[in-house]
Amino acid sequence: MATPTLEKAEAGFADSPYITVTFRIRRFNPEISDEATWQDFQVEIDPKERVLDGLHKIKWELDGSLTFRRSCAHGICGSDAMRINGKNRLACKTLIKDLNPEKPITVEAIKGLTVLKDLVVDMDPFFQAYRDVMPFLVTKGNEPTRERLQSAEDRERFDDTTKCILCAACTSSCPVFWNDGQYFGPAAIVNAHRFIFDSRDEAGEQRLEILNDKDGVWRCRTTFNCTDACPRGIEVTKAIQEVKRALITRRF
Amino acid sequence: MKIHKYDTVIVGAGGAGMRAAIEATKRSRTAVLTKLYPTRSHTGAAQGGMAAALANVEEDNWEWHTFDTVKGGDYLVDQDAAEILAKEAIDAVLDLEKMGLPFNRTPDGTIDQRRFGGHSRNHGEAPVRRSCYAADRTGHMILQTLYQNCVKEGVEFFNEFYVLDQLITEVDGVKTSAGVVAYELATGEIHVFQAKSVIYASGGTGKFFKVTSNAHTLTGDGQAACYRRGLPLEDMEFFQFHPTGIWRMGILLTEGARGEGGILRNKDGERFMEKYAPVMKDLASRDVVSRSIYTEIREGRGCGPEGDHVYLDLTHLPPEQLDAKLPDITEFARTYLGIEPYTDPIPIQPTAHYAMGGIPTNVEGEVLADNTTVVPGLYAAGEVACVSVHGANRLGTNSLLDINVFGKRSGIAAAEYAAKHDYVELPENPAELVETQVKNLLSSTGTERVAVIRKELQETMDANVMVFRTEQTIKTAVEKIAELRERYKNVSVQDKGKRFNTDLLEAIELGNLLDLAEVMAVSALARKESRGGHYREDYPNRDDVNFMRHTMAYREVADGGKDSIRLDYKPVVQTRYQPMERKY
Ligand SMILES: Cc1cc2nc3c(=O)[nH]c(=O)nc-3n(C[C@H](O)[C@H](O)[C@H](O)COP(=O)(O)OP(=O)(O)OC[C@H]3O[C@@H](n4cnc5c(N)ncnc54)[C@H](O)[C@@H]3O)c2cc1C
Ligand code: FES
Repeated sequence: MATPTLEKAEAGFADSPYITVTFRIRRFNPEISDEATWQDFQVEIDPKERVLDGLHKIKWELDGSLTFRRSCAHGICGSDAMRINGKNRLACKTLIKDLNPEKPITVEAIKGLTVLKDLVVDMDPFFQAYRDVMPFLVTKGNEPTRERLQSAEDRERFDDTTKCILCAACTSSCPVFWNDGQYFGPAAIVNAHRFIFDSRDEAGEQRLEILNDKDGVWRCRTTFNCTDACPRGIEVTKAIQEVKRALITRRF
Repeated sequence: MKIHKYDTVIVGAGGAGMRAAIEATKRSRTAVLTKLYPTRSHTGAAQGGMAAALANVEEDNWEWHTFDTVKGGDYLVDQDAAEILAKEAIDAVLDLEKMGLPFNRTPDGTIDQRRFGGHSRNHGEAPVRRSCYAADRTGHMILQTLYQNCVKEGVEFFNEFYVLDQLITEVDGVKTSAGVVAYELATGEIHVFQAKSVIYASGGTGKFFKVTSNAHTLTGDGQAACYRRGLPLEDMEFFQFHPTGIWRMGILLTEGARGEGGILRNKDGERFMEKYAPVMKDLASRDVVSRSIYTEIREGRGCGPEGDHVYLDLTHLPPEQLDAKLPDITEFARTYLGIEPYTDPIPIQPTAHYAMGGIPTNVEGEVLADNTTVVPGLYAAGEVACVSVHGANRLGTNSLLDINVFGKRSGIAAAEYAAKHDYVELPENPAELVETQVKNLLSSTGTERVAVIRKELQETMDANVMVFRTEQTIKTAVEKIAELRERYKNVSVQDKGKRFNTDLLEAIELGNLLDLAEVMAVSALARKESRGGHYREDYPNRDDVNFMRHTMAYREVADGGKDSIRLDYKPVVQTRYQPMERKY
């Protein structure tokens, strides 16, 4: 296994903040080989930097073929969910210093979705599940001239689930989803929750019926992986429980 | 190569692109090509809010909003366009609410509003509450809501398709849009989209700066594609530097933080904005605040061992208010700086933020080939465009507004145009330029690296054409960019594959940044005055006699193939407001 190293950027500075970190990355490129392999890279990096910075250093200075998605670099676009040291996180929100840089940092694609190249997975099934829960406001009757009114409390009711950035960290951390990709998965349920509990919406019943399906909410086994994985701090499991309860009581 | 045919093609799926798509899909067969999954677009990063004189919490009206926009833009704003922006703002916000956007609410249940820089009551008397918001994730909510409605309307997306060329055919001597050429990331395949109308909504170009609030993917691809085909770029010297980026990282901390009562302080704890803007103080317009910060730093009142930043102080605000109104940005401070904003001030510095300039359009979104002639079938909206509603400096919350108002307008106009017109013949070998570009980069054995050139570009831009500029610094940048453009010819990529070759795409994006950086620097050099975001220390005053005009930059190609920039100028549309000195 090749282990390229970086030349010391800031040699001579006694108090240089840089440390040497090993990134152990799961590589896969079907244009080259059908097998995935682990590859180590050593990088000089300030521990206050992000895993994404480390990946960029590798791509920009060592191996341009390393492939991952990213855009905003501060945790709001949802591009760079990956498994870092075995846990789903956003590379741009994970600081090196929070990872024990003494040991190699492992980085691999999220699980349960087909890997297309290195850290890039096929997101289409994920977005399909999202689209299937009718993720849009449905209202009946005439539109008001001005805005619909909503009390601050009613607005607060679904605040948590509006934060979702569709990064798939939750869905791809769910053991039920790993075993059966037909399961809607936590992210789709979160987005259904966002509308079911919106006082302005009138399609809650329909969405609940969709989630009452054999691949719906009842598959959830409350492992809390999703809640731990969510980079936005959404209480995912709680949202799923609320949807289950609404199915039983038909009150929402 | 594959050929597709659509009535309307939209390039980009941020706020502007999706707002256009919702209209265009209802009226014509529409395809949206986007290099990112729609919900990854940088509109989602917007925090503070969207301006509209709803007057839900205090007296306000669209005429005051128009005035603030014109004044904020240092009178380089086209006033007819600003008036449309401010008038249609009200419906733009109400449309979003009806589409489901979860705005924060007043105790009466109406949309809540807060203060923002440069927005005032009665022509500058005092700050006014005009920004409609959803906590500090207004852009996220807009992006999500628009995507949700695209799902509802069945909008057809081509995700991870990079548009790299604009096709133009001359019809009776008139440059007419024929379609676009796109590169599919997953397969490396090149696609030609023949379309009756094309809308660019591909966003900004902030990645040519190092300290920036912009995403890695904001590389001005749309501007570059049009510019390379001989279309002009307007007012590219005007770039906004937002006062409060996280120190060294550039991640934005919304102006809404100051709208909620946050205060800027220097190393002595002094609220220095009182000196520079006695009325609006910390809520003066962004160019004014950014210059004030750098003045403090230069005069030795910056914070930290190197005196290179100042503080954004939120410590006097109740934690409940921070949690309710500014949860995301306070979390950024905790995550990236390890700072607790309840108790500690946050180190900040100005960060490159927003391109006021771009592809010139009229108020229907039609792209201009020169000062007056439109390019039939070609439209642009959002940050990629220059209408010009922002003039020399955009007011906070006016861009989320711009993308909605002009996204909608261009979506309607483009679809209506498509309904009335036929396809224009494609040029011969429509994919040739992109095919050659891709082939050359993949086969190049040159020794230059993309990351090295990009870093040098960003460093020279930060050092020389940021908040303060002089003839000398701009010339340094122009020379450096010319050198980098030469070296770029010798660039190579390591990944030679077809599948998800982001190495290749980064090289292409760098080429776009280099072209646009040059236009920006050359336009800035010629503007020997200070106005809005363009501040020349050697010409510190606004000069309405010589420079009350828009810059129009054209790419010229000499017989030998060498290209250069030709500058021309376009009059500013003035209706109600005569230029006055700008005081806050
Ligand atoms: C951190 C931050 C905070 C902000 N806060 C506010 C605020 O509070 N209020 C306000 O009014 N404004 C704010 N702004 C400004 C505002 O958010 C942006 O100007 C606006 O969202 C731009 O929208 P857009 O649709 O033009 O572009 P974007 O949202 O950037 O979308 C660009 C789209 O184009 C696509 N694209 C790009 N290149 C290509 C290509 N070659 N081929 C195909 N597709 C392509 C991308 O995939 C993307 O979908 C903020 C900006 C930033 C950076
Ligand atoms: S890059 Fe946008 S969330 Fe990480």
